[in-house]
Amino acid sequence: MNLREAGLGFLRVLGGPEANVKIVVTVKLVPEPSSEKKIDSGTKRLVRTGVETVINPYDEYAIEAALALKEKLGGDTTVTVFAMGPENTKETLRKALAMGADDAVFLSDAGLEGSDVWGTASALALGLKKVGFDLVICGGLSDDGSSGAVPGELTEYLGVPGITNARSLDVVDGKVHAQRETDNGYQVVSGPLPALVSVTMAIGEPRYASLKGIMGAKKKTIAPLAIADLASPLALGSAGAKTRLLDFAPPAPRQKAQVVDAPDGATGAKIIFDFLKEKRLV
Amino acid sequence: MTTASGVRVPLPDAVDFLSIDAMLSDEERMVRDTVRAFVRARVDPDVADWFERGILPREIGRELGKLGVLGMHLHGYGCPGASAVAYGVACRELEAGDAGVRSFASVQGSLAMFAIHRWGSEEQKNAWLPAMARGEAIGCFGLTEPDFGSNPGGMRTFARRDGDDWVVRGTKMWITNGSIADVAVVWANTDDGIRGFVVPATTAGFTANDIHRKLSLRASVTSELVLDDCRLPADAMLPHARGLRGPLECLTEARLGIVWGSMGSARTCYETALEYAKTRVQFNKPIAAFQLTQEKLVNMLLELNKGTLLALHLSRKKDAGELHSSHVSFGKLNNVREALAIAREARTILGANGVTLEYPIIRHMNNLESILTYEGTSEIHTLILGQAITGIDAVS
Ligand SMILES: Cc1cc2nc3c(=O)[nH]c(=O)nc-3n(C[C@H](O)[C@H](O)[C@H](O)COP(=O)(O)OP(=O)(O)OC[C@H]3O[C@@H](n4cnc5c(N)ncnc54)[C@H](O)[C@@H]3O)c2cc1C
Repeated sequence: MNLREAGLGFLRVLGGPEANVKIVVTVKLVPEPSSEKKIDSGTKRLVRTGVETVINPYDEYAIEAALALKEKLGGDTTVTVFAMGPENTKETLRKALAMGADDAVFLSDAGLEGSDVWGTASALALGLKKVGFDLVICGGLSDDGSSGAVPGELTEYLGVPGITNARSLDVVDGKVHAQRETDNGYQVVSGPLPALVSVTMAIGEPRYASLKGIMGAKKKTIAPLAIADLASPLALGSAGAKTRLLDFAPPAPRQKAQVVDAPDGATGAKIIFDFLKEKRLV
Repeated sequence: MTTASGVRVPLPDAVDFLSIDAMLSDEERMVRDTVRAFVRARVDPDVADWFERGILPREIGRELGKLGVLGMHLHGYGCPGASAVAYGVACRELEAGDAGVRSFASVQGSLAMFAIHRWGSEEQKNAWLPAMARGEAIGCFGLTEPDFGSNPGGMRTFARRDGDDWVVRGTKMWITNGSIADVAVVWANTDDGIRGFVVPATTAGFTANDIHRKLSLRASVTSELVLDDCRLPADAMLPHARGLRGPLECLTEARLGIVWGSMGSARTCYETALEYAKTRVQFNKPIAAFQLTQEKLVNMLLELNKGTLLALHLSRKKDAGELHSSHVSFGKLNNVREALAIAREARTILGANGVTLEYPIIRHMNNLESILTYEGTSEIHTLILGQAITGIDAVS
């Protein structure tokens, strides 16, 4: 049995117009992007102690997209944030609640440690089914793992239409409409709900959490979820991982900058232009 | 460096050297991030220009209201009810942008709104606080007079009874937000001692004239208020404030914001100087390589971190209900003095660049001169502390 066969009974029937869309935003909690990152040579995992945990910056755009959509649709549309991670990072989710999300679900379990990309997406998919949704919104990438594979895998495991790299997003007549960013422009795509959309940073700058939002976030719920709740047909966490991290290395040190002497500005500009052209950057 | 358990302790941050921000709660850090992001986006890019032109755009008030920082530590009436620490952190971040913006928020939230919240009637609170929290109504606080600054008890502004009405006459001086205010909390003598009045700016006989040629706190409006027989209904008086304690309690509230705010100014000056010292080359070396420069930077680092610790300590005491007003004098005296010293030292590191508005330092330095004086001069706070430890009042 695969995860797709695990049933589509989670799909909510949309009651009426899009005035009660249940939006779930997947959020990853990552080490502060500017912090010095260290990898434990034993476990080969990122050391998380002593580093501030923040919401994955790309996911803040997904939250913004969800909140903007909720404001537009009104009615009983809700925004739930859904995260998986170590128990001690749970409170980081308050920021999403302070920005305006209605509630949160936090999937945490020692048994999920060591999940690879497949395991992460599988656990998230089962969790999303449990939570229920009309529309899942994801950030395009995580700042720490950077696989960028999770939205695609989620679409597959949830068995719903998926639209990646959306730069705008709307729900009309039970359908999601999005503009997909491409290398040379954008595509206009639509599909029926329930669906999954991953967004790019062009979706709009994440809003500030207002002070009232911050104070109000204290009273919102972060519902716990554990492995047992997922009733996974397959082993998750390190036990179920399909890939193994064999080795890791720091990036090659940056090469010394190339300094070119040019007799005058025009020649200098030409040298720079030719260099960029050779690298296909212009 | 490793600890007994073998975990490597990372090199401390060059600014928050003592990891003081790690002692904040998640909520307080969220407040920090929100206000900091606002300041970076809305204040930093334009504030030098506002300072030069001597203005503070009206919409900043509404934006601060939308953000929720106006009266943020008050409870009810549309106010978020944040902790004293969260309030302080917000003041620090605002002043890291400019003390004029922080002063706007302090006067609105801790002087005008606090006065109504603490001493006002239910009707007064409902009439003003929600609109003030949103930044739609702006308030000012009129205590100082041309002839009575450090000694406000001698004020000449007088409110006399006329039937049920009050008729207020007098002049207030150096009033922040004066000419942009929709409502003024005015302190006046009466036959019954000092009382506070809520005076709408539309009251006949009320005028506000801006004070020009200020070279400090230029991104902040400072005005003279003239009350020429302003007739007010009986319910304009703040029912629960009696005597000088009324305004003084408001000032204690606002001063805690200054204890934090001054560390915001200081932080910006220090960060600017540190960055500059690492990149400015003289004698074929970055000037940060010279021992004299390093000593300056280290002295700044010490006082910045000590002052921030002090601010946090005092606010935690306030939240625990253990703060005495003389503690606030301790904080204001120390932190404004040290912030000014940091600003001046930072100024020297930038050389000639330090005197232009292209860099934030001289703006902060000039602002701090006002802050050293307002809400109790450094001399007055020294005397408050002197009396607290000797038991002898050096003033009266
Ligand atoms: C930009 C700005 C904004 C302001 N905003 C407001 C506002 O919104 N509302 C408001 O009510 N006021 C405001 N003030 C006024 C401020 O609070 C007063 O300036 C301050 O209280 C000092 O009063 P003063 O200027 O009259 O100085 P003075 O009281 O005349 O003092 C002059 C000097 O004498 C010293 N001195 C006075 N008495 C003693 C003593 N007993 N022993 C030793 N030294 C003494 C002082 O410390 C000072 O060094 C503002 C001031 C400024 C500069």
